[in-house]
Amino acid sequence: MKAVVPEGSLGSWETRAIVATMIPVLVGLSILEMGSGVVLEVLEETFLEHPTLFVLVPVMIDMGGNLGAIMSSRLSTRLHLGTLDFSLRDDVIQKNVAAVMMLASTIFVLMGLAAYGVGHLSYAVGFAAAPPMELSTLLVISFVSGMILAVLAVALSLGATYVSYNLGVDPDDTTIPVVTNVCDILGVIVLSGVAILVL
Amino acid sequence: MTSPVLEDAYEIYRETILILVVALGGGLFAGAVLGGEEMLAGFERYPGLLVLVPAFLATRGNVYGALGARIASGLHQGLIEPRFTWNRRLFNAVAASLINGVFISIFIGFLAWLTMHVIGREPAALIELVGITFIAGVLTAVVLIVGLLILIFAGYKYGLDPDNLVGPIVTTLGDIFGVVFLYVAVITIGVIV
Repeated sequence: MKAVVPEGSLGSWETRAIVATMIPVLVGLSILEMGSGVVLEVLEETFLEHPTLFVLVPVMIDMGGNLGAIMSSRLSTRLHLGTLDFSLRDDVIQKNVAAVMMLASTIFVLMGLAAYGVGHLSYAVGFAAAPPMELSTLLVISFVSGMILAVLAVALSLGATYVSYNLGVDPDDTTIPVVTNVCDILGVIVLSGVAILVL
Repeated sequence: MTSPVLEDAYEIYRETILILVVALGGGLFAGAVLGGEEMLAGFERYPGLLVLVPAFLATRGNVYGALGARIASGLHQGLIEPRFTWNRRLFNAVAASLINGVFISIFIGFLAWLTMHVIGREPAALIELVGITFIAGVLTAVVLIVGLLILIFAGYKYGLDPDNLVGPIVTTLGDIFGVVFLYVAVITIGVIV
């Protein structure tokens, strides 16, 4: 039952090679992420006063990257197929922007509602010390920060794909990881900014 | 009223919404743990802990997402089999992600300590912050590696394309276990230091 194993790509399956390529990326990313961390730290008072905001943090960290990844992986596939035209009239760009905005409006309304439910549940079982903030405030914070994040994710995906197209590098290797990670960082910053304005 | 652009956009929407809702659920669970009483007490007791949360969560996705992508292409190429048998490539890939995951966790603990000094705030002891990220890093590594392999292998045997599974699996498991083990680590360090 031994599988037929073609030789050749063994190099990239060496532990040392994998570690050597990943570590600089991880170190760089961690340094960038300290930016989000500092924003949380500086706004610690606001966050501790309104612990519901913490409930939104992991989703905000992920969702920017998810929306950016959806947008940029589709753009990059079109780029590879040679059917992408960089103009606002291009229908591939239009339909992807429309799809990301539809997804974002569903997800971030749902996030506000579900965070409210989760907050109450957590308080009811004695895990959280206080009930969540008012539903209307929570919905405004989650929808406004979510839509700003979606616009940024779209803009960054388009910009990054355009740059890699002009430089002749494969967006799959470069821009998608950059876009998803930058969107991750922006998530916390946008959330904190909106929360400060609303609260 | 219906234009072809909107119809196509709706098609993309339908393909993607379910995965995003699952990721939302995982993220909110993680958020509930972060906003819990004990964790908030941890943020006050260990200054610098809050600084490291985004980096700790984001690197889970990168380390184990890379492992998942590698396993997925290995399965497609027939380089590895979808079962837990001795395979040098599989072992090397798992060992590399374990080393990456644990190293970067320790580094993040140190970096948060350093960052607090840079912004002029007094951090918790270095040993406390690094202890927390080390414990949380080891525990997440074990659970994520085993969980990812079980789910990818099972999905592959059922004829699902692992490329489509890896992203959502890593994000959801990473959020849930990342925060849960951060919580466990905070409690553990509180007991032993």
